[in-house]
Amino acid sequence: MVKTDFGYNSKVEGEVIVTRADAVVNWVRSHSVWPMPMGLACCAIELMAAGGSRFDISRFGMEVMRFSPRQADCMIVAGTVTYKMAEVVRRIYDQMAEPKWVVAMGACASSGGMYRSYATLQGVDNIVPVDIYISGCPPRPEALLDGMMLLQEKIRREGGSLRRTFKGRVVETKVVS
Amino acid sequence: MDAAALSSRFSALRDLAGKDMPTYETAGPDLLAVVKFLRDEQGFDLLADLCGVEWKDRTPRFGVVIHLLSTASKEYVRLHVPAVDDRVPSVSSLHPGANWHEREAYDMFGIRFDGHPDLRRILMWDAYPHHPLRKDFPLAGIEVPLPAADVAAITGQTVEPAPMMGGPFVSQGGRMSEGEPDALDQSWTEERPKS
Repeated sequence: MVKTDFGYNSKVEGEVIVTRADAVVNWVRSHSVWPMPMGLACCAIELMAAGGSRFDISRFGMEVMRFSPRQADCMIVAGTVTYKMAEVVRRIYDQMAEPKWVVAMGACASSGGMYRSYATLQGVDNIVPVDIYISGCPPRPEALLDGMMLLQEKIRREGGSLRRTFKGRVVETKVVS
Repeated sequence: MDAAALSSRFSALRDLAGKDMPTYETAGPDLLAVVKFLRDEQGFDLLADLCGVEWKDRTPRFGVVIHLLSTASKEYVRLHVPAVDDRVPSVSSLHPGANWHEREAYDMFGIRFDGHPDLRRILMWDAYPHHPLRKDFPLAGIEVPLPAADVAAITGQTVEPAPMMGGPFVSQGGRMSEGEPDALDQSWTEERPKS
């Protein structure tokens, strides 16, 4: 499990928590992931199931599915990415505000899956950086939840959370006092 | 359906003695008249399917197969149309449902449909240079640029042949695989690089 970064003793510190900025920012970010459902095939059905009451993705703070890339920070690529669709996927990824993450859900998004053919991109990591790969064809909602919780772990371990980035590069580091 | 009326009206029609439904081969120039006759006078009012076919060793190499259904008598009729010079008249003026089927046959085989209102590719993107369902097209594909130049510039990605890894895993014996030798692996794998 995650190492706690809080050093808090109410008798010593009163109402002050001492911690690292990364820990606070990453804690907030990891519990308010706003996914963008990039539903391209049958994986999207499992993705919808994960959002329903039976599997209930909101238990982990990720239920705010946004269909606009500008309001989302995690693209879940759920399905087969064809070469014709690849440019759309990349363009939507470019429109998402940073920091942003990509989850390749299922065999097709991860590697092209069973589609070894002229029409199918052999893995969405050829066009966008992928953080989490989820196996399955399609993965069950539990597998998606597991992958999304792994993504939360990954977010919690990120450094430099106060840096501002654009297109993956740091543009300025500013600490407001 | 009234086979006698059809063959007396169109003497060039060739009966292919279909086992499941009446099947005729009709030359391209007669096609519209035949389909119109079947629709207006024989009740074949629904175009159930229209697809391209490649006959590997025949001339002309391509053909179009049309299935018509009579919703009144629940009968089917099948028409074979050889595509001379890869061209076939479009039946979308008689059956609007043929529009997208003809675009698909054009996209996959390169059959031109004369008189089609909007003959663009329907599955592949407009600038794609090949016709993927032709028998000389490898299943893995042929390397071409991505449809979007800006995305290709950012990612450095092209439309590349898919790694087959010894597949596709078709049956090695029997008549079907003999008839489809082109289905065997023609592409690179991780062990055997692209030539």
